[in-house]
Amino acid sequence: MEVERRSLREKQLAARDLLRGDLEGEDLERYVEERVLTTNFEKVLNVARANSIFPLTFGLACCAIEGIPMAAVTARYDIARFGAEAGRASPRQADLMVLSGRVSVKMAPVIRRLYDQMLEPKWVMAMGACSSSGGMFANYAILQGADKFLPVDIYVPGCPPRPEAVLYGFTKLQRQIMGNPDQGWRQRYGGYGTEEWARGGPRSEPSPEAARAYEEARELSLA
Amino acid sequence: MPDAPGLELIRGEIERDRPGAVLATSYDRAQAALLVDPARVIEVLSWLRDQPGHRYDFLSSLHAADYLPNEPRFGVHYELINRGRVERVRVKTMLPDPGGEELPEIDSCVELFPTAEAQEREVFDFFGIVFRGHPNLTRILMPDDYVGWPQRRDFPIGGEPVTFTYTEQRYD
Repeated sequence: MEVERRSLREKQLAARDLLRGDLEGEDLERYVEERVLTTNFEKVLNVARANSIFPLTFGLACCAIEGIPMAAVTARYDIARFGAEAGRASPRQADLMVLSGRVSVKMAPVIRRLYDQMLEPKWVMAMGACSSSGGMFANYAILQGADKFLPVDIYVPGCPPRPEAVLYGFTKLQRQIMGNPDQGWRQRYGGYGTEEWARGGPRSEPSPEAARAYEEARELSLA
Repeated sequence: MPDAPGLELIRGEIERDRPGAVLATSYDRAQAALLVDPARVIEVLSWLRDQPGHRYDFLSSLHAADYLPNEPRFGVHYELINRGRVERVRVKTMLPDPGGEELPEIDSCVELFPTAEAQEREVFDFFGIVFRGHPNLTRILMPDDYVGWPQRRDFPIGGEPVTFTYTEQRYD
């Protein structure tokens, strides 16, 4: 349905007329058509998901000291602007796990367990050099990257990352969530069929729409 | 800190009461150390702790080191403090590597110094030195199912090789 575009001033005048109760008939139809936007439920749901992420409040190492309070929750940088200020102390209520710091061999099973306890859909951000690649700790005690034991959606480099970098990574994650109804890593690693709701049921396959949305989101996030 | 003559006096007194227990002394950079026969380390520690006039009754640290090319290979070090005079003396023992899967053994000093409980576990965890008589000698920092003694010098350092610009040439 084509709607003829009007200037902002004309729209404002129409709104004033509507509030006054003067808008009737064809003018009223036109007013409604100008303000209605059609989409599908999945897209709205993903917009809602992306803008109400509950991070899991836990820290691993120095990025938890430096990064999370400075980069996220303080008023100067304020992750509440992106709707993610409600940190959850229980993995059952959290959507996003921020791996803030090096992951030691002893800690990895604990983190994996926390990750498994989170409800789907869930996302993981590797914050800092250590959880992305092992960082400076090339030794027997530290895992060389958290993606050795759980799927990571977004990597934020830095030691520690600047607050801007963390928030930029977070907004990229949001775009990934909005662009793709599935999680990005499932597409990347071929992880379909591992969703909790699909266990024991038919194997889930990526729909062509999802695959296309993933490619679009990837282009967006690479742009 | 006992000075060098003071250290020799301590050694002489131990030699009088426990003949043959102290093998040597070293006084380096104002640090006094007694090199002790590993089989008799508990005798020397209890002497230093209880002898009137000495009373080194606080174990501030117990740690080990791996001197790999040298033999005997492992060193277990006890740092003792007299808190009244703020004097320190170090007791060193050298343990040979029994070879193969066997682990070097030494007597535990938890009976003398309860603080050694955690520190002996840490030494066991990283060097594989067994303390006989320890109440609960298990791994303390590494996971319980970890295999190997990571702080030994012949243990692989782990991690992944990283290509830097200056190492890149080698792989051409």
